[in-house]
Amino acid sequence: MVAFSFTFPGMYASLSEIAGVVKDKSLEAGLSETSINAVECAVDEACSNIIEHAYGGEGKGEIYLNFEIIPEGIKIMITDHGKSFRPEDVEEPNIQAPLSHRKASGLGLYMMKKCMDDVSFDFQEGCNTLTMVKFKNSGCLWK
Amino acid sequence: MEVLITHYKRCEVLSIIGRVDSNTAPQLQEETAKLTNDGKYKIVFDLGKVEFLSSAGLRILIVTQKECKRYNRGEVLLANVPPKIYSSLDLAGFTALFKIHTSVVDAVAAF
Repeated sequence: MVAFSFTFPGMYASLSEIAGVVKDKSLEAGLSETSINAVECAVDEACSNIIEHAYGGEGKGEIYLNFEIIPEGIKIMITDHGKSFRPEDVEEPNIQAPLSHRKASGLGLYMMKKCMDDVSFDFQEGCNTLTMVKFKNSGCLWK
Repeated sequence: MEVLITHYKRCEVLSIIGRVDSNTAPQLQEETAKLTNDGKYKIVFDLGKVEFLSSAGLRILIVTQKECKRYNRGEVLLANVPPKIYSSLDLAGFTALFKIHTSVVDAVAAF
C-alpha cells in the first residue's frame, strides 16, 4: 500500500487543482479512464459539500485528502474540521420525477454513492472523515 | 471556464469551454440568467468542450430548463455531449428531461 496526503484551502478555486491530483493518483492506482471520471466526480462533490455545508462558505478551513493505492484500486479519505451531519437524514433525490417536480439541489451525496464502490462517514469531535473506495473492477453504476 | 454566446434568428447557442464546478457555476448561471431575463427562452447548450460537469452545473441546467419551458415559451436543448458528460447527465436522470442532439446544427434546426 502506498499513501499520499495533500492539504487544500477550503475554497472553490481549489477544486480544479484537487481534480488534477485525483486524476494522477487514480491513474497510478490503475483505474480505467471511465472510473477516473467517476472518482473525479465523487471527490468534487465531496469537497464542494465540505466548503458549502461543513464550513458554511469559502475560506473557513482546510480540506485534507489522503490517497491509498491498494491492490484492489484506490481508497480516498477526505477530512474537514467543520460541522458534522447525519447522512441518513439527507433525502435521496427522485431522479425519475418529471421536470416540474425535480429539485435543483440535493444531487451531491447521491452522485458520490453512485460513482464509488464504497462510501462511509466518520464523525469524531471536530473532525469529519469521509472514506471512499473505487475498485479497478468496479461494480457501481458509473464503472 | 469560458462561455461563448452566439445569437441565431430562432435561438441562442451557449457554448461552454472547460470545467463547470462550484467555482465556475456562478459565472454560467449569470450568463444563462442574462438570456432568460432578456426573454430568450430557446437555448442550445453546446457541451462539446466541457471537461467536467458537477452537480453545481446540473443545477443550472435544471433551473434554466424550468424557466424556459414555463408557459411553453421555449426549451433548452443539449448538443455535442461528450461521453463522460453524458454519464453525469444519465446518472442524475437528466437524459429524460433534455433532448440531446449530436451537433449544434441539428439542435438549432430543431427550433
